[in-house]
Parts: sequence; structure tokens; C-alpha cells
Amino acid sequence: MNTQLLIQLLVNGLVVGTLYGVVAMSFVLIYKATQVVNFAQGELLLIGAWVCWWLLTKYQVPFYLGMPITLVFMFLFGIAIQIVILRPMIGEPIISVIMVTIALSTVFSALMKWMFGVNLQPFPRIFQTQNVNFLGLQVQTVYLMSLAVSVAMMIGMAWFFRLSKYGLAMRATAFNQQVAQSLGISVKSVFAMAWAISATVSAVAGVVVAVVNGVSAGLSAYGVKVFPAAILGGLDSVGGAVLGGIIIGLLENVAHFLDSEYLHWGNLYEIAPFYALIIILMIKPYGLFGTKDIERI
Amino acid sequence: MAGQTLIPAGDFRTTYAADTTVFPTPTSRNAMIAGIVLVCFAPYVVSAYVLSLLIQIGIFAIAAIGLNIVVGFTGQISIGHAAFFGFGAFTSAYLSNQFSIPVFFCIPLAGVVTAAVGLIFGLPAARLKGLYLAIATLAAQYILLDFFARAEWFTGGSVPASAEPFSLFGYTLRGDRQYFYVVLAYVIVCYLLVTNLIRSRDGRALVAVRDHYLSAEIMGINLTKYRTLSFGLAAFFAGVGGALYAHYNQVVSNEGFGIDRSIIFLAMIIIGGLGSIMGTLMGTAFMVLLPESMEWLSVALRDSPIDQFLGLKNNIAFLREMAIGVIIIVFLVFEPDGLAHRWRQIKAYWKLYPFSH
Repeated sequence: MNTQLLIQLLVNGLVVGTLYGVVAMSFVLIYKATQVVNFAQGELLLIGAWVCWWLLTKYQVPFYLGMPITLVFMFLFGIAIQIVILRPMIGEPIISVIMVTIALSTVFSALMKWMFGVNLQPFPRIFQTQNVNFLGLQVQTVYLMSLAVSVAMMIGMAWFFRLSKYGLAMRATAFNQQVAQSLGISVKSVFAMAWAISATVSAVAGVVVAVVNGVSAGLSAYGVKVFPAAILGGLDSVGGAVLGGIIIGLLENVAHFLDSEYLHWGNLYEIAPFYALIIILMIKPYGLFGTKDIERI
Repeated sequence: MAGQTLIPAGDFRTTYAADTTVFPTPTSRNAMIAGIVLVCFAPYVVSAYVLSLLIQIGIFAIAAIGLNIVVGFTGQISIGHAAFFGFGAFTSAYLSNQFSIPVFFCIPLAGVVTAAVGLIFGLPAARLKGLYLAIATLAAQYILLDFFARAEWFTGGSVPASAEPFSLFGYTLRGDRQYFYVVLAYVIVCYLLVTNLIRSRDGRALVAVRDHYLSAEIMGINLTKYRTLSFGLAAFFAGVGGALYAHYNQVVSNEGFGIDRSIIFLAMIIIGGLGSIMGTLMGTAFMVLLPESMEWLSVALRDSPIDQFLGLKNNIAFLREMAIGVIIIVFLVFEPDGLAHRWRQIKAYWKLYPFSH
């Protein structure tokens, strides 16, 4: 057994897993607040990464300036999507809403390919040192940054929901829209804000992935990995999404380890999350922390 | 009210048979027959290019009709239809190559095998609904695609599998012209099958599950059975369509059965109108012609300032993708009932002309 490789892969899984967790968290945020399953989450991540890359390479904007501009842009972009596309869909059947987000993802991914091409573009170097020694392991600086940013975003999100006034309004809306509205909460602005925050958080994750791996159309694959993570944690549980993301990230890398060491089936890590997804849906459809759907007649 | 040429203005039906009749008047039946006869002459009138488009419309329409059973009639969501389409294509090629079964029998057999696979992936549908089901079918899409890449004995792996041309009692059909009639026959048969399915007891059960599944269950409809059944049926038609596709191209590669194709199938039934079989045909025609019209547009605009600004020639693939997404959004926002609804409105307009309101 190759312990060195296993530890390396576990660290890898943790880093990728926290990123999945962050994206899943922003996915769950939209679902909880607006009851929309966002199939375009991966594209939001992709757009954020491309915008930041574009600012940094074409306009030579320094990173500490380019990043906030990207986030402001994504914030406004999220609001715009909600108002223009999703607001007319309120009250439509679930299939229509799902189809709209699927169509959005098609449009965005094609638009991004059109504007920026299909090739992988390396991100400008941000850190001077490539590797740091961490507990006897050589860890890439970008990995540490990725982990730190993810954890910071999770803490920020937790603070927002638990302690801020707006977060409270959002939780109230998620709990019951009519009651929230009658208490003076503007459901419209909560919906728009949910999309804005989700787009911004996804963009942060997108930039982090871009710094690690470079930008390409393949980034939107993170949007698909959100589903196993969110289902595992429970579709309407923010904490569950984070945990689910970490588990899926670890699972991928453990599958990769088993595959390369013992099974030699090839590409097992790509498909393992989907098998996990089917199994979870079969035995525990509401995930680890999701609310069970009880219907009254 | 069979026996009358015109439908009376108002609802005068007194029997259930009159309510579920396929052709409300002899004229509508004759018009349908005349339409089919006219289409039969198509191969000798239209160019080879138009003929290939017609064949594609026919093939995809069969699969889209299957998807409409799940989405339009049963109200379940399936994002993995293209994978079943691909499974049918590979199965038919495999059966005819390995067991030298005549292609004539391979196509329905492929449908049956695909239906079995569809039933397996429909099992989650027994417990899940709405979003959860959509996500399960998404997983099915990826798992089946992975299976295609992995199972070299079945699909040939990276080397495309070859499919034999269509043959009937030792007589091999060659070329698009002859294949057109095969596709046409299948479209008519599938159309009739699904139309009659919806008129039957089982069809009504499916619609009841869509309209209110709790009420349906209380009325004694077995939800598990009908949800799974709808997936099986959809997979059957996807398999038949895929098999026809395989023998049309005579080669099956791993490409073209991905999630983007699934989205196009969904777009076909949404544009056509959920729960309308005629609408599905219209929606399929629309979705097949849309990318082609983008091509015509780019040819028409060649070397114009717009072309130079957008770089149409090199980016036509992305433009097509975008057009598909934009069309879906436009239809969902402005015409959620699809082309079938528009068609009914046009008919109603002419019925009441000149007193339209």
C-alpha cells in the first residue's frame, strides 16, 4: 500500500472537497431561499473565473483590485439573472424552472466559449513561493490558500445566516414565504439577494480553482459535482452541503487511489460521485440533514 | 361526432368514445391520410439535403415522443434521455453484428432492451419526485455514458461500432430515399401507439399521476408501477429512435449522446408543447431546423460587417448552442404551452373567422 500517495490524495480530496462544499453551499442557498434548483451553478463559477482572468491579463489589474471588481460584477450579475429570467418564472411548474436554469447554463457556457475560446488559459501567478512545508508534507501554496478561502467563506456564510439581520430575513423567507411577507420582509429583494450572494460565492470558488488549475470551459464540471454533494447533505441544509462536498471530494480521491492501486478500471474517480448519488437517493433520499417532505391531504 | 364534416361550435359529446376519438370528423381523418400520402412522395421531390433533414426529424421525433410520455403525460422529469437513445443505438448495432439478427427485428429488440434499462433507472422514480428525480436521471446520464466508454465488448470503445444497413427479407435498403420510408413507417406506428396509449386505461392513469399524484394514489392508482412504467416506455421509444439512428448512419460512435443532446430532447417537447404528440413532431422539426437555420444565416451574412465583428464562421458551433438555450428560455417565458397551443389558436381563429372574438 502506497501510504505517501494515499495521504497526498486525501489532502487533495480535502481541498477539492471544501471547494465542492462552497459551491454546494451557494447552490443550497438559492434552493432554500427561492425553491429553484440551479443547474447553472457551474457556469456562475466559470463566469467569475473568466471575468477575473480577463481583468488580470488584458488590463493588467493587480489581483487585490481585480478580485473585488469581479465580485461586485458577479453580485450585480446574480441580481440581473434573478430579475430578468427567474422572476417571471415564479409560480410556474417545477419542470419549467429547471428547464430555464438548464437553458441558462447552455447559453452561458456557449457564450464563454465564444468570448474566451475553448483552450485552457493559465492564471497569472499570485504567490511567490510554490510549496510550503506543512507537517512534513509538501503542500502547494495555492492549496492552502484554497482551503483558507473556503473555510473563510463558510464562516462568513454561517455568520450571515445566524447573526445578521438580512440573513434572518432570508431564513424567514425560506421557512414560509407568506408569513415572511406579512411580517414586512421584501421577498423580492430576498430572492434577488440570494442569487447575488450565490453568484458571488461561486465566483470566489471559481477564481480559487482558476488560480490552482487555470481557466477553461471544464470548470463548469464543478456545477455537476454539486448535485452529489447537495443530495448527500440534504438539499435544504447549508451545513449538510459543506459536509457533503467534503465527503464527495474525499470519495473521489479514495476512488482514484483504489483505482490506481488495485482495480485499474480507469477514470473511476470521475464517475464514483454519481454512483454514490444513486445509492443515496435509493436509501436516504432526503440526505443526512435534509428535511423530510411530509404532505398533508 | 363522426359522420359530420364540421365540428359544431360547442361541446355536444355524449359518450366517452366520442370524447376520446382520434379524429373528430371524417375530414380530419382524410386530411391526415392525404398528408401521409403527400409525405410519401417527398423523396422524389425534395433535394437530398432536405431529405436527410426529414429523416433526422423522424428519428428524433420518435425519441422525443417517448420523452413526452415521461415529462408531458406523467409529469416526471428526465434529464438523461439521450443516454437511452445511445443505448438503443449501440444495442441494435450489437445485436445485428454479434447474433446476425436481421435489422428489421433488431430495431424493436433494441427498444425492448433499452426499456429494461430504463426500468432499472426508473426504480428511483418509485420513491422520488420532482427535483430528486431530475437529479437521479442526471446521474443515469453520466453513468450510462461512462458505461459506453468502458464496455468495449458492447460499444467498441474508442473505435465506433458499425451498424448494418436496414434489410427486409433479404432485400437491403440502400440510400436515404429508401430509408425515409422505414423512418416514416416507424413514426406513424409510434404516433399511433402513443396516441392510443393515452386513450387507454393506463394512459389515463399516467395523466392522473401528473395532475395530482396524491389523488391518483387515493383513487387506487399504483404510483410506483406507473412512474416506473412511464420510464420504461420512454426508454423503449428512445431505444427505437436510437436504433433507427444507428442504422441510418451505419456507424455508432460515443459522441452525440451527452447531456447536450438530452437538453435538446427536452427543448423539443417544451417547444412543441408538453403532453401533445402532434406538438412533439412540430417541436422536433423546429429543433432540427434551428441549427440549420443558423448555418444558413451565417452563409447569408458572410463577409458582412456583422460577420467580421462576431466571427460567425469560426464560432457557429457556439452560436448554435446559444440559440438552443435562448429558444428554450423564450418559449418558457412567452409561450409555455408550446407550438401545439399556437396551432390550436390558429385553428380556432379560422373556425370563428371573420368573427374572431
